[in-house]
Amino acid sequence: MRELAGICVFCALAALTPLFVTSGSLQNLVIMTLYATLLGQAWNILAGFGGQFSFGHAVFFGSGAYAMAVLQVKFGWNAWAALAAALAAGSAVGAFIGALSFRYGLKGSYFALVTLAFAEVFRILANTFLFTGAGVGMMVPLNESAAALQFADRSGYLYLILAMVTAGFLISWWLKHSRFGAWLQALRDNEDSAAALGVDVFRVKLIAIMISGALMAAGGAFYVQYFHYIDPHIAYGPAVSIEALLAPIVGGMGTLWGPLLGAAVLHALGELTRSVTGDAPGVNLMVYGVVLILMVTFLPRGILGGVVTLFGGRGAKKGGDRA
Amino acid sequence: MKSQRRIFLKQSAALAAAAGLPAIARGQGATVKIGVLHPVTGFLAYSGNLCRVGARLAVDEINAAGGIKALGGAKLEAIYADAQSKPEVGVAEVEKFNEAGVSAIVGAYASAICLATTQAAAKYNIAHLVDVGVADQIVERGLKNTFRFAPGYKVVARAAINNLHIMNTLARKPARTVMIIHEESLFGTGTANLLAAELPGMGYEVKEVVKHANPTRDFNNIVLRMKALNPDIVIPANYFNEYALLVRTMKQQNVQPKAIYSVLGGAASSFKFVKEFPDAAAGVIDCNHWYNPKDKRSLALRKKVEAKGDFFTYEVFLNYQAGYLLADAIERAKSRERGAIVDALASSTWDKHFMPYGPTRFVNGQNQGAQPLMMQVLKGDIKVILPNTFAEAEPVFPWKA
Amino acid sequence: MLEFSILFPSILNGLTTGAVYALVALGLTLIYGVLHIINFAHGAALMVALYAVYFLHEQAGVNPYAALPLAVPAMFAFGYCLQRFVIGRASHGKDENILLVTLGISIILENLALYLWKSDTRTIDAPYMLQTVDIAGAMISLPKLLAFGGALAAAALLLAVMAKTDLGRAIRACAKERQGARLVGIDVEHVFAMSFGIGLACLGAAACFLLPAFYVNPNVGNSFVLIAFTVVVLGGMGSFAGALLGGLLIGVVESVGGLWLGESLGQIGIFVIFIAVLLFRPQGLFGART
Repeated sequence: MRELAGICVFCALAALTPLFVTSGSLQNLVIMTLYATLLGQAWNILAGFGGQFSFGHAVFFGSGAYAMAVLQVKFGWNAWAALAAALAAGSAVGAFIGALSFRYGLKGSYFALVTLAFAEVFRILANTFLFTGAGVGMMVPLNESAAALQFADRSGYLYLILAMVTAGFLISWWLKHSRFGAWLQALRDNEDSAAALGVDVFRVKLIAIMISGALMAAGGAFYVQYFHYIDPHIAYGPAVSIEALLAPIVGGMGTLWGPLLGAAVLHALGELTRSVTGDAPGVNLMVYGVVLILMVTFLPRGILGGVVTLFGGRGAKKGGDRA
Repeated sequence: MKSQRRIFLKQSAALAAAAGLPAIARGQGATVKIGVLHPVTGFLAYSGNLCRVGARLAVDEINAAGGIKALGGAKLEAIYADAQSKPEVGVAEVEKFNEAGVSAIVGAYASAICLATTQAAAKYNIAHLVDVGVADQIVERGLKNTFRFAPGYKVVARAAINNLHIMNTLARKPARTVMIIHEESLFGTGTANLLAAELPGMGYEVKEVVKHANPTRDFNNIVLRMKALNPDIVIPANYFNEYALLVRTMKQQNVQPKAIYSVLGGAASSFKFVKEFPDAAAGVIDCNHWYNPKDKRSLALRKKVEAKGDFFTYEVFLNYQAGYLLADAIERAKSRERGAIVDALASSTWDKHFMPYGPTRFVNGQNQGAQPLMMQVLKGDIKVILPNTFAEAEPVFPWKA
Repeated sequence: MLEFSILFPSILNGLTTGAVYALVALGLTLIYGVLHIINFAHGAALMVALYAVYFLHEQAGVNPYAALPLAVPAMFAFGYCLQRFVIGRASHGKDENILLVTLGISIILENLALYLWKSDTRTIDAPYMLQTVDIAGAMISLPKLLAFGGALAAAALLLAVMAKTDLGRAIRACAKERQGARLVGIDVEHVFAMSFGIGLACLGAAACFLLPAFYVNPNVGNSFVLIAFTVVVLGGMGSFAGALLGGLLIGVVESVGGLWLGESLGQIGIFVIFIAVLLFRPQGLFGART
């Protein structure tokens, strides 16, 4: 219950940021942090709660992004309808990949690699067909009205991403406290035992990947509306897949607040290194890499894991410890 | 409570980041701030860094010559930012430019990044000079703040087709068949589509259009196809690495078409390529951004850049010109104010450049006089062969090794 | 389009390209087979090796092939230290942390290279590089043919080391049963570091064979990583023979796929195989069923 209250407080505060954050670039930072949170939440559902690591989460992102772009540009759909379709697309792709992978019992690194392969396959397909604009990508025309899910005032985008992140929080909360979530976490901790206890492992994993896919697709749809442009490299390339897994691992996998914390810290780190290291190319990213390694070294269970250890472990957290 | 601690942490992080942001300009300083945005890391780093070299040269020279005289000698203060080869980072940097109070922006090399950054800048009516970005969509969206000095790919492709026809006709039409090899993204595909659409109408048979990825590790298959099809002319439109690999592979496999006729060829008009692979580069023709070789200033700049150890590429001189174009607009606007600079650019007739463009005239943000030139690698140097007004040498066509 | 006169050289070419993939994958498969880590830094390490070979040629005039006895041990030392002092320490053995650490390493290496050596693409130009060898009418690039030989030699060498030496036995022991190996007195951390070192040493060899036919810039590793993973999975994680054969096979698939479907779409063949292997035969061609 406290967590639900926490979510409400967070959402209220975030929704009020336009009042006390007037700097355009800070607003952008907040939006991008929330965007990274959303991607992280999606990944967290499957990997943190479900134990199924994915290296190719971009496959869902790109499907949502392209659904959004293609439906609006090529078929003249309304943006809101396209958004719904984008979520459905992410879910459908999740169902497809999940059905194949889980049916054939792919686990651990094998599952991770197969998601990577699927992302590449989709990238090549998107790159080939004129339907998705091929290598040229697609541009969504400027049309700043709420009906077209574009906003002249940046706070419109803030509310949009906040709504998506809130959905992510509620889903994560539900996973923490529901029976379904218990099944999911059980099979994460020990799949065989869970199966022995009667959990329908296949079905649970499948639903989890569909939810994860839909949420990730929402991120893709947001990207298209905010940046007005998508191409196969952005949509299905490794950058998005990596961004999705960085925040939850750094923040704390399988937790409610991990993705948000991780996203905030990583973005702050990015800004800090950029402003401190001047304009020699690459130096800021080097520092970023070093800090990343240091964070992993000293906070092996993510930031939240570290906080828990520091303040006395209230409820042992199970990460993905593999011998 | 847990949740409040988290909120606190998040806000602190945001504040810490804000502390690193440049201070918001207050009133009139003694400088005119401009944002210089290029992808200096990531896969576009090579070009991005060269762009920065050109921009920096212009800024330093303008300041050394006394800055903006109409504003009492105010110096140009360039804020250099890295777009990290990603549109979203470009947008974030534009936001920071806005905070820092820049009066205008120069950048961002790649079309995908430019599309996003010009739009972001439009919100604040900051003039955005597009240095390269050849996609025509950039200037077709009706954004009042976007200005492109150099030509887009449609103009370049058309010029290439016309010049090919001229050259072929002059040599009594030895070439009939064509094979197009292009990179998969915006500029390659757009260029290839235009060529494939218009060449048949001028009497050329397009034997094949081959698309390849960025990056491509191996061109042997494509060269094998080339051997089998035996086109008279091979038309590549791609970036430096792939172009170099393709031409080297052709050399290795002994494939010798009547001409390698590039359009916006990545390595074709590159002094780096000519220097590193003189044999493979010999005779290669390119339709690309180029300076007026008859203008002494361009030669002087070339010497200056090469003395620094850099190659005199289009990234360098296009950004150099953009810097001067901007300075001229600020002089005429007699103001740092963004709207004034946008207006000054829109009405610019600047002709003190060494590009083959004539006086500047922007319509919908595109400089109407912008045109590419045709170059050929002859005797270890790159010489302009068409149009005649700028030609330094006769085209050697067909090319015999 | 698929007549013999084009198909044959294409297949041969695929074999030679595949040999380079195999060289890259040999190291990756050892690292995965023994340490069970998916090394995200493999591409960046290849890039470092390529730069090493490049500078040896430019500054010291050392022929890339002659650089083998220099590049291989140097990369070995680099890999040993990386695993012993960075990855092993930082990750505390947890999978997701290893992922982040290798990711961090690849970011650092790429940007360090960018900072030190700028983003220019470097190539070496030497007379033998444009030479071709005529094999039944197909003109095969000499450097690539040498790479083919090199891959075979490397695979054979690795197989011998694993089978015949004490180190090889220790590596196999650690791969199979970590705790057990520790109990019988094997210094597991040392063995892991040795394995990682050998893995990167293979990249040193790959770089010597690759540079004459290719180029180097800070981003060059990225284009090989995915393919290397595919080869490792196809061949069977931990199997050298698998990496060799897998590499050759993938090279041919890429080449013929490119002929048939076009260079862009042709790449899809590689990943379709990747997925098919993962689904239907995850242990790959030669891996043991776990």
